[in-house]
Amino acid sequence: MLKGRSLVDPEDFTLEELESIFELTKKIIENEKDFNDICHGKILATLFYEPSTRTRFSFEAAMLRLGGQVIGFSEPGSSSVAKGESLADTLRTVGAYADIIAMRHPNEGAPIHGLKYCPVPLINAGDGGHQHPTQTLTDLFTILDAHKRLNNLTIGCCGDLKFGRTVHSLLKAMSRYENVDFVLISPHELQIPDYLKEDLKRKNIKFQEEERLENVIDKLDVLYMTRVQKERFFNEADYVRLKDSYILDLEKLKNAKENLAILHPLPRVNEIKIEVDDDKRAWYFKQVKNGMFVRMGLIIKLLGVR
Amino acid sequence: MLEITSIKKGIVIDHIKPGMGLKIFEYLKLDKADYTVAFIMNASSKKYGRKDIIKIENTLDIDLNVLGFLDPNITVNIIENEKIIDKIKLAMPEYVEDIIKCKNPRCITTVEREITHRFKLVDEQNATYKCVYCDHIYKWE
Ligand SMILES: [Zn+2]
Repeated sequence: MLKGRSLVDPEDFTLEELESIFELTKKIIENEKDFNDICHGKILATLFYEPSTRTRFSFEAAMLRLGGQVIGFSEPGSSSVAKGESLADTLRTVGAYADIIAMRHPNEGAPIHGLKYCPVPLINAGDGGHQHPTQTLTDLFTILDAHKRLNNLTIGCCGDLKFGRTVHSLLKAMSRYENVDFVLISPHELQIPDYLKEDLKRKNIKFQEEERLENVIDKLDVLYMTRVQKERFFNEADYVRLKDSYILDLEKLKNAKENLAILHPLPRVNEIKIEVDDDKRAWYFKQVKNGMFVRMGLIIKLLGVR
Repeated sequence: MLEITSIKKGIVIDHIKPGMGLKIFEYLKLDKADYTVAFIMNASSKKYGRKDIIKIENTLDIDLNVLGFLDPNITVNIIENEKIIDKIKLAMPEYVEDIIKCKNPRCITTVEREITHRFKLVDEQNATYKCVYCDHIYKWE
């Protein structure tokens, strides 16, 4: 049962519980109008201690499409938080008004602390560089949408794998499924952190590290693209040598599988060429929409309105 | 060796690594104790060459978790009638609260008032603890 629960870490839910959210999400997509009044009389509070317009819109649109209402702030400067109110007190107060809370916070671990005081379900909408579980749910659902399964997949992650929070969460989440292996494509200095590597080894999960996307693109069922910023490279020579390897274009896609699913947490800058957008393997805009549907499913489950 | 009067009833914390004694003194808040406490630095030891010892008279209410966390090789002797009646074997506690602070500058514990600094044991062999909030591994200095 997910009613009354909170979502702080993607691993808070069992695979069965995730499956139940994805099943419901599918139903919502198939028959959205069956759900457009299901949260009537319910209020979602979006507490955004740092701005993230996309994520906030996604939550608010999700609640509005379920017939619920939304209160909240998009930066702490406009609220009592600016007057020095503790997180504990804010959550107790807002929890008296709202039925469910989505919180974005710059400090890592804020939602774990908040759970102790929050009288209603709390959804972590991102805590610093730590977790962003609704993005992870979105990614998993989109992979499921594209491949109709979450096991037996080869997943490529490309770009800045060192600082990319979404990639870290995806690796952890996907490594819970059977026979999933990873191809980690990045410049040497932007490989995944050692603790994550140790984690994968401990769980006996196969992974390969590779510098160039074009060398491995043919193996992949999923390609998760992230941006590599120039200033993250240690030296200019490496940047010049490798920069084009992390830009996806139609030329590279020639060698890719027919049913490859290309994902990206967005916003994109130049790491996926616009020419790729019309390819049927481009799933990133569908992924955005899935993000809203998955949040609808999550809200319904946590509120227990169905 | 400098002799410190043996105690009738209380606790002797022995085999403390030299230099660690003062830290333990602080963690156990013995500076604020209203009972007799003896702190011996650099006593000779078969195990370490040198060791620190703390003797506490008349109280048995000490947070042993803290000691296990700091060094599970410390021995704790319970004294009654000037005799050791119990030797306590320390273990690394699964959780430690309000002993150490998270060093991740983005951690919620650095900004929120009245928050419990809580760490979980993740690897006993390497005495590794992680912050329960942000998952950062605690590194000993
Ligand atoms: Zn921390």
